[in-house]
Amino acid sequence: MVAEVTFFILSALALGSAVMVITRRNPVHSALWLIVTLFSVGGVFLILRAPFLFAVQIILYVGGIMVLIIFVIMLVSVDVSGRQQQFSRQWLVGLTTVLILAAELGYALYRGSKGFLLARSAPAAALENNTQAIGTALYQNYMLPVEIASILLLVAMVGAVLMAKRKME
Amino acid sequence: MLQNVLQFLNDHYLILATIKILIVFAVLLGIVAYLVLMERKVLAFMQARLGPMRVGPWGLLQPIADGLKLLLKEDIVPAGADKFIFLLAPVISIIAAFTVFAVIPFGPPDKGFVISDINIGLLFILAVSSLGIYGIILGGWSSNSHYPLLGALRSSAQLVSYEVAAGLAVIGVLLCANSLSMVEIVKNQQAAGIWNVFRQPVAFIIYLIAAVAETNRNPFDLPEAESELTAGFHTEYSGFRFALYFMAEYTAMVLVSAIAVTLFWGGWLRPFASVHWLNFLDYTPVVVFLGAGVVVILGSIKNPVPGEKLFLFAVAGLCFFLAVVVAIPPVNAWIQGVFWFVAKVMVFLYAFIWYRGTFPRYRYDQLMNVGWRVMIPVGLANIIVTAVVIYWWSKPHAAAAATLLFR
Repeated sequence: MVAEVTFFILSALALGSAVMVITRRNPVHSALWLIVTLFSVGGVFLILRAPFLFAVQIILYVGGIMVLIIFVIMLVSVDVSGRQQQFSRQWLVGLTTVLILAAELGYALYRGSKGFLLARSAPAAALENNTQAIGTALYQNYMLPVEIASILLLVAMVGAVLMAKRKME
Repeated sequence: MLQNVLQFLNDHYLILATIKILIVFAVLLGIVAYLVLMERKVLAFMQARLGPMRVGPWGLLQPIADGLKLLLKEDIVPAGADKFIFLLAPVISIIAAFTVFAVIPFGPPDKGFVISDINIGLLFILAVSSLGIYGIILGGWSSNSHYPLLGALRSSAQLVSYEVAAGLAVIGVLLCANSLSMVEIVKNQQAAGIWNVFRQPVAFIIYLIAAVAETNRNPFDLPEAESELTAGFHTEYSGFRFALYFMAEYTAMVLVSAIAVTLFWGGWLRPFASVHWLNFLDYTPVVVFLGAGVVVILGSIKNPVPGEKLFLFAVAGLCFFLAVVVAIPPVNAWIQGVFWFVAKVMVFLYAFIWYRGTFPRYRYDQLMNVGWRVMIPVGLANIIVTAVVIYWWSKPHAAAAATLLFR
C-alpha cells in the first residue's frame, strides 16, 4: 500500500517535472526540473527494489551528465535566449507527429488494457544481492556484448576529442 | 520499563532512526562550530599568534558569538539574481553534506552506532556527495555577477575531475572488501587484521588528495581564491545563507574525514584491535578526559577573571565526571568504537587545517594536470594491480589461470 502510494507520487512528480522541463523559457530552470525528473525515476527504482540502479541513476545522470549540461548552459547568455521567439518553424509537422504518436499509444493501451498491470517489485530476497547479481550478469553472462558496447563508447569519445582538436588547430 | 522502551524502539525502527539522526545532526553542528574555532586557533599558533581570545576563556565561546552574528545579519539578495535558485543553492549544499552521514558507521552496529547499513553504502555516498556540486554551481550562476560565475565554473570543473579520482581510489578498497556496505568494509578490515591503508596505500594517497580537492580546501581552494575571485561562488551571499555555505564546507570536511577513516583507517576499530596484550588501550578515553580536565584546571588557576575562572572549573568538573563515567566497564565497552572513530576523524581534521597553514595554492592548470594526468592513471593502475593480485591469491582461479597460461 505504502509502496503503491509512493509509486504514484513519484510518477506524478516525474511526469509533472518532465512537462516543466519543456515549458520553461530559462534553460537553467529546465535543467533543474530535469534533475527532479531523474530523481523521481531513481525513487521508482528504489521502490522496485533495485538500489543499485537508483545509485547509478543519480551518480551518472544527476551527478555527471546534468552537471556537464548546466556547465554548458551557464556559458550561454540566458537573457538572449529568453527574449528570442520560439525558433521551431515546423510546429505543424511536430503537432501532427505528436497526435499520431498519442493515437498509437492510446490504441496500444486500449488493446492491452485487460492485461495491464503495474510493474511488480522484486521479492524481498532479491534486495540482498542486487549489486552482485548485476555484476555477474554484466561481467560473466553477457561479457561480450558489454565489451562491444564499451568499445563503441570509447570510439565515440576518441572521435569527439579528435574532432574538437582538429577544429582548434 | 527499560525493557519495554527498548522493545518499542525495536518494533518501530523509524522512530529509533529519527532519534539517531537528530543526535548525529546535533553533534555534527557542534563539531562544525568548534572546528571553525579550532581552525582559527591552530592557524594562529602556526603563525605565532594567539587567535580568538575575547569571547570566553581562550575564545571558547567564539562559535556561539559567530553564529548569533550571522543569524542577525541582513540577508541580501542581489537585484539581478534569480531569486528562487539563489535561495535554494546553499540549502542543496548543506543537505548533500549532511545526508551522507546516514550510512557512516560511527561504531559497531550491534551497539547501535549505525543509522542505516545499506547494501549500496559506498555508491550512496558517491551519489549524494556528487549533489553538493549543484549548491556551488547554482549559487554562482544565480548571483548574476562575474566573480561568482567564474568561481562556480572553476569549481564544477575541479569537482568533476577529482570525483573521478576519488571514485577510482574507492574501487581498490571495494575489491579488497568484496562489499559496498560500509559496515562490511570495516568488518573485513577487522577479519583481515590489517587496516586498508596498509593494503591500499596508493588508493589512500589518491583519496586523500581528491578529498582535499573536493572540499575546496587549501591547496586546492581555487573556487574561492580570494586574491583572484574575491570569494568565488559565495561572493554575493551574506548573513545566514553565507553561514549555510560555511557550514556545508566544514561538514564536508568532517564527512570526507569520516569516509577516509571508515575505508582506510579501520573505522571504529581500536589500533591493534586483535593484539590482546594491548587491551589496556581500551582505557585511553579515561586518560584523554583526565588529561583535558588537568589542562583546564591549570589554565583556570592562571586566569584572572573570576567569571571565566568559574566557567573553566565547571568545564574541568565535566571532564573529570566523563573520565569517571567512561571508566565504568560496560560504558567503556559501549563507547569504545565511537571514541576511536572520533579520534581518527580528529587526526584528519587537524591535517586539513595543517595543509591550509603550510601549502601554497596550486595554479589552475597545475591542478587540472595533477588531476587528469597523474591521479587518474595511477588510480586505474592501482585497480588493475589490485584485481590481478586478488585474482591470483584466490586459489581456484589461480589454478585455472595457471593452466591457461602454462599449458
